Amino acid sequence: MYIIVAGGGKVGYYLAKELLSEGHEVLVIEQSAKKCEQISEELGSIALRGDACETTTLADAGMARADMVVAVTGDDEDNLVICQVAKKKFNAPRTIARINNPKNEPIFRKLGIDVTVSSTNIILEHLEAELPTHSVVHLLELRAQGLEILDIKVPPNSPAVGKLLKDLPIPANSVVSLHLSLKHGPSIPKGDSVIEAGDAMVVVTTPENEARLKEVLTGR
Amino acid sequence: MNIVIMGCGRVGARVAAIFDSEGHKVTVLDIEPYSFRRLPANFNGTAMVGNGIDVDVLRRAGIEQADAFAAVTQGDNRNVMAAQIAKHIFNVPKVVCRIYDPLREELYHTLGLETISPTNVGAQLVKDAIEKA
Repeated sequence: MYIIVAGGGKVGYYLAKELLSEGHEVLVIEQSAKKCEQISEELGSIALRGDACETTTLADAGMARADMVVAVTGDDEDNLVICQVAKKKFNAPRTIARINNPKNEPIFRKLGIDVTVSSTNIILEHLEAELPTHSVVHLLELRAQGLEILDIKVPPNSPAVGKLLKDLPIPANSVVSLHLSLKHGPSIPKGDSVIEAGDAMVVVTTPENEARLKEVLTGR
Repeated sequence: MNIVIMGCGRVGARVAAIFDSEGHKVTVLDIEPYSFRRLPANFNGTAMVGNGIDVDVLRRAGIEQADAFAAVTQGDNRNVMAAQIAKHIFNVPKVVCRIYDPLREELYHTLGLETISPTNVGAQLVKDAIEKA
């Protein structure tokens, strides 16, 4: 694949390196002459100096035959415009934008960017998985379906403790798909599965129902 | 009218002052409080420090009740992003976006944004002035 990486900072540099090692054709667009020189010295002549928001730069980069554009500069507004220009002006088949402010994720999607990667959110998710006080961990987002998969731990003081799964008011569009019991190990949950303190449930739900589901299983 | 202006440079401050003097409710946003020195002493509107591409800042600036939004910072991309948020997320009825780069201006104009390129406008005025002489 021919992949254009906009932004030659740390993320852009290591991304280009990885993509090259996987055998892809890569071009990094970077404004700073110093960074371009560094990239060329270390990775070969794959750096183009210029502003990736400008159509002329993208044309020089061979945008017309690119399979993918990945915008990984440190500024959300630049990444948005790079992807929009690539998409609307050059019909780029796929555009990926790095996002710094997590709140921009739904905005970018609404404005037509195919995929967004929020570095802040990724670090936050890892943090919450490591924090013992966090009872809900986001495992996966199924964006196309508008669903998410959560790992919810049942604390000792939860109202769900000692109850049968079928007696819990699980909200609509939610499926408890895996029961990780401390005593009995993992199992596919049934209506008569008994929830006990310390158990974890893997649940498919919608972002809207997340808070309600958390309340049902953890009491918080 | 209820108007939110992002960017309190020469243009932003001037637009804010004019609408304010005409009795409209004006909120002007800038990331640099020092920029507000450009507002006239009798300015009755609100000057707010904050980044206009942050939805929370826009909400605080009253974008949900705004009749018009103008993006006039120095950054083309910042203006483009804020204008699109105002138009597509907050459905502000009138959104105006300044874009210096004529090529980018052309693109976003065809995509439906109301855009102004001072580069194009200025060049045309200079050309006209020369030809008139």
